[in-house]
Amino acid sequence: MKILAPVIKVKEIAKDRTIRLVDKTIERTVKAGNFLTEIADGFLFMTRVTKETFSRHFEFREFLRQCYQIGYKTLPLISVTGIIIGLVLTIQTRPALLSFGAVGLLPGMVAISLIREMGPVITALICAGKIGSGMGAELGSMRVTEQIDAMEVSSTNPIKFLVVTRVLAATIMVPILVLYADALGILGSWAGANIKGDVSLVLFFSQAFGQIGFIDFLPALVKTFFFGAIIGFVGCYKGYTAGRGTESVGIAANSAVVLSSLLVIIVDLIAVQITDML
Amino acid sequence: MTIPGTPDTASIKAEKREQVIEIASLRKGFGSEDVLTDVSLKVYAGENLVVLGKSGSGKSVLIKCIVRLLEPDEGKITVLGEDVITLDRNRLSELRKKIGFLFQSSALYDSMTVKQNLEFPLRRIKRDLNQKQIGEKVGEVLENVGLSDALNKMPSQLSGGMRKRISLARTLIVDPMIMLYDEPTTGLDPVTSDEISILINDVQKKYKTSSVIITHDIECARTTANRIIMLLNGEVYKEGKTADFEESDDPVIKSFFK
Repeated sequence: MKILAPVIKVKEIAKDRTIRLVDKTIERTVKAGNFLTEIADGFLFMTRVTKETFSRHFEFREFLRQCYQIGYKTLPLISVTGIIIGLVLTIQTRPALLSFGAVGLLPGMVAISLIREMGPVITALICAGKIGSGMGAELGSMRVTEQIDAMEVSSTNPIKFLVVTRVLAATIMVPILVLYADALGILGSWAGANIKGDVSLVLFFSQAFGQIGFIDFLPALVKTFFFGAIIGFVGCYKGYTAGRGTESVGIAANSAVVLSSLLVIIVDLIAVQITDML
Repeated sequence: MTIPGTPDTASIKAEKREQVIEIASLRKGFGSEDVLTDVSLKVYAGENLVVLGKSGSGKSVLIKCIVRLLEPDEGKITVLGEDVITLDRNRLSELRKKIGFLFQSSALYDSMTVKQNLEFPLRRIKRDLNQKQIGEKVGEVLENVGLSDALNKMPSQLSGGMRKRISLARTLIVDPMIMLYDEPTTGLDPVTSDEISILINDVQKKYKTSSVIITHDIECARTTANRIIMLLNGEVYKEGKTADFEESDDPVIKSFFK
């Protein structure tokens, strides 16, 4: 028996390890399954939202209210951010251009980088933080306090009233906010150029817009509609499908921001690749 | 002539045996745990049926299955002659117009005033009403729940009892045939609980509704019940009149009716 003891011990260790391996495999399979289920749920939700968007009785008053909430109430934040982006971009770039004797290219360069990339992406990320988290938290708390259930039992379609209006409002308002941020960014850039130089506003703007072509403007504008739709959709999806406890409101708001920010970056990458091929 | 604050029994006798809700062998579980294992019950026109049971006995799950906020796993639910489980979305929506649901948390829309909360279902269910008619209807239901002066208040400005009353007014505004009350007196002081219980009876008399009242508040059950059903371990444990429960020697029932 004494001779067999090490063999038994090795067998026990092997058994333990096998059990742990099986447990881990099951755990990972369940996690992978949950991830796939979440994706499938997201697609089903998107299908339902799309279907409801084109059905009768559009909630126009709620849509206008959401446009006001999303657009007007985000303006101060976008204004400050837009000006600062333009200002910082100019202050950072000016010395490098100066050393090449190419300061004259500054307005055009800043305008192109703002319109093509910085304006849309930074505005979208700010909107993901403000609008996405707001939608996630609002719908999540409505779910927890049974307000969505109350809508459903009173024969009101909550997808139509709560989700479609928010997704459409975000899809329309985010591009407008991006254009506004671009314009303020160029204004901030002019202010930055005047810290150590002296350029008139008219000259700065004419140089800036002289460098911008249709190909700079249109793809950037198109992608902002997708950014808006993503922010609205993810925010609503996370809020609408939140769990029953109060903790799930925080989780919904947080995951809405994280997921929509990530998707904005991914869509931007795809948009840049497509634009590059044009 | 009925005494104020007591359930109306005359209308039940007159319309005896006319079923408005029939549940047969209902089973509902979450994950591997069955909350309702085998529940069968009937609700007759004009009566107040109280469903009693401990917390977690599946009372709320039961009424959420009736309006299909939760999908049952097995069984049959017939409401006003319609098989709820097989209805498509449009027909279910039509059926829900005839059912009022008072939620445990009141479920008032936070972003709307009391007036907007009341107008919300009315504008969507009775689309032919003009602004004047809507205003009159809002005034009428607010008067019925005794809160005529709360019209322009936000839900956050209301007490628990007031929220319950406004929530009740919101369900009554569309003239439902059936009322489902999910723990109507939970979280309220005894005086306000009594007021809500009396209001439930007044609603039954005035609107001629048939009601299912989910509660573990014995006083509420005593005040409102025409008939009581007790749930235990996911099944109907006992069914009868209030007096049958009061006089029972069963220790489980006695623990409720002390």
